[in-house]
Amino acid sequence: MRGNAEAHELIAPGNLGAVLELLAAEPGKWTPIAGGTEVMVAFSAGRLISPKLVSLWGIPDLRLIEIRSDHIAIGAGATFLELRNHPAIAEDLPLLAKAACWIGSIANQSRATLGGNLVNGSPAADSSPALLAYDAEIEIISVRGSRRVPYSEFHLGYKRNILAPDELLYAIHLPRRFRGHRQYLRKVGTRRAMAIAKVALGATVLLENGVMKEVRLGAASLAPYPARMKATEVALQGQRLTHETAQAARRALIGEVKPIDDIRSTAEYRKRVAVNLLEEFLGELSRGGAAD
Amino acid sequence: MNEKVSERWPAIRFTVNGEIREVKTPPMKRLLDVLREELHLTGTKEGCGEGECGSCSVRMNGELVNSCLVPVLQAEGAEVQTVEGLATNGVLHPIQEAFLKCGGAQCGICTPGMLMATAQLLERNPHPEMAEIREGLAGNLCRCTGFMRIFESVVQAATEKPAAESEEVQHAR
Repeated sequence: MRGNAEAHELIAPGNLGAVLELLAAEPGKWTPIAGGTEVMVAFSAGRLISPKLVSLWGIPDLRLIEIRSDHIAIGAGATFLELRNHPAIAEDLPLLAKAACWIGSIANQSRATLGGNLVNGSPAADSSPALLAYDAEIEIISVRGSRRVPYSEFHLGYKRNILAPDELLYAIHLPRRFRGHRQYLRKVGTRRAMAIAKVALGATVLLENGVMKEVRLGAASLAPYPARMKATEVALQGQRLTHETAQAARRALIGEVKPIDDIRSTAEYRKRVAVNLLEEFLGELSRGGAAD
Repeated sequence: MNEKVSERWPAIRFTVNGEIREVKTPPMKRLLDVLREELHLTGTKEGCGEGECGSCSVRMNGELVNSCLVPVLQAEGAEVQTVEGLATNGVLHPIQEAFLKCGGAQCGICTPGMLMATAQLLERNPHPEMAEIREGLAGNLCRCTGFMRIFESVVQAATEKPAAESEEVQHAR
């Protein structure tokens, strides 16, 4: 362990208002820490730069999961264990329940939070493909007020996002209109447990009389940040499931992915697996599957 | 740490294995280090120090956590259970008995974490399927046993009666 606990201040104001005041008083000086599954790894490795940390763990407002008539609101501090065990999420948002089970181990899921997964901004983030496929919106809060933004616009680049220095990710809003949609989510990693994704793809589509509508494709590890595959969506949107459509979608996907070579995989492998996942999804659709 | 230095830090209180404990220590200190170095509960082991291996697994407010990833300030007011809290009055917990009986422990470094992950699993799911056992212990790595005997130990523990009622445990004393 190379981290030095005495080199870092950590405080726990215990309520959201006090945290926001702190962020406003010294913008950019305080690093929020929730379940610590990223920050504490950096700390132990001696890579944690922030001298000042503010704990979000256990702040009630951040942990709410509210089932509203048209959407489900999930506090940014809700843990993946809470998400995977929540009956309404299993029913309305099965892809998110599935992604929650992908996060590390039970001991990681009991601490890792949905908001932390997004703010950390890994291109391989487990929850992102599902959130992108579900048209998630995020709610950002500060002493100046709150704003809602489509999640697909949250990431700006590798580990960069739209949060201003005084802002906090507050909640994730997911529409409850996907029960009739065909849904797909698959992660390819080195092994079933604990592995970080080499590639993951999430998809939702409304099939009406054989025509694909409201197509959403969300991908992990195919770009510097989790992203919608919009050209591929366009290639499928309004089309019937034919061989030609599948070919066009395949070309669009190859054209828009920007994978890299890194310790976990190669760009070439990622590209090929991405196409395989797309074809698996379309194959399931044509066989009447992908209900997930 | 001398007296003067320790006075710099606010008191942090939490319960460990049913006893209220208070430490004066940097709030960013890992729960793992506080348990081992300040409370001298060295049953909890450090393996990877990054939440991958599960050697440092403890239970906090009824959930399994990696104590290497918990800054001690976040344990304030919590109920922490370590491997030392499994046995009662010198009588091993049925999970511990099962690991002994089935050869679920070899070098012992992963064992406290395995026991705590098993305790967590069986509390939520007293009769798990093999797939559920594998998932429940997926965050705990063992380099000795090849895992099969550990999984068998969990199956054994799930079929055991609680220690107080088990004649076998009484007999073994």
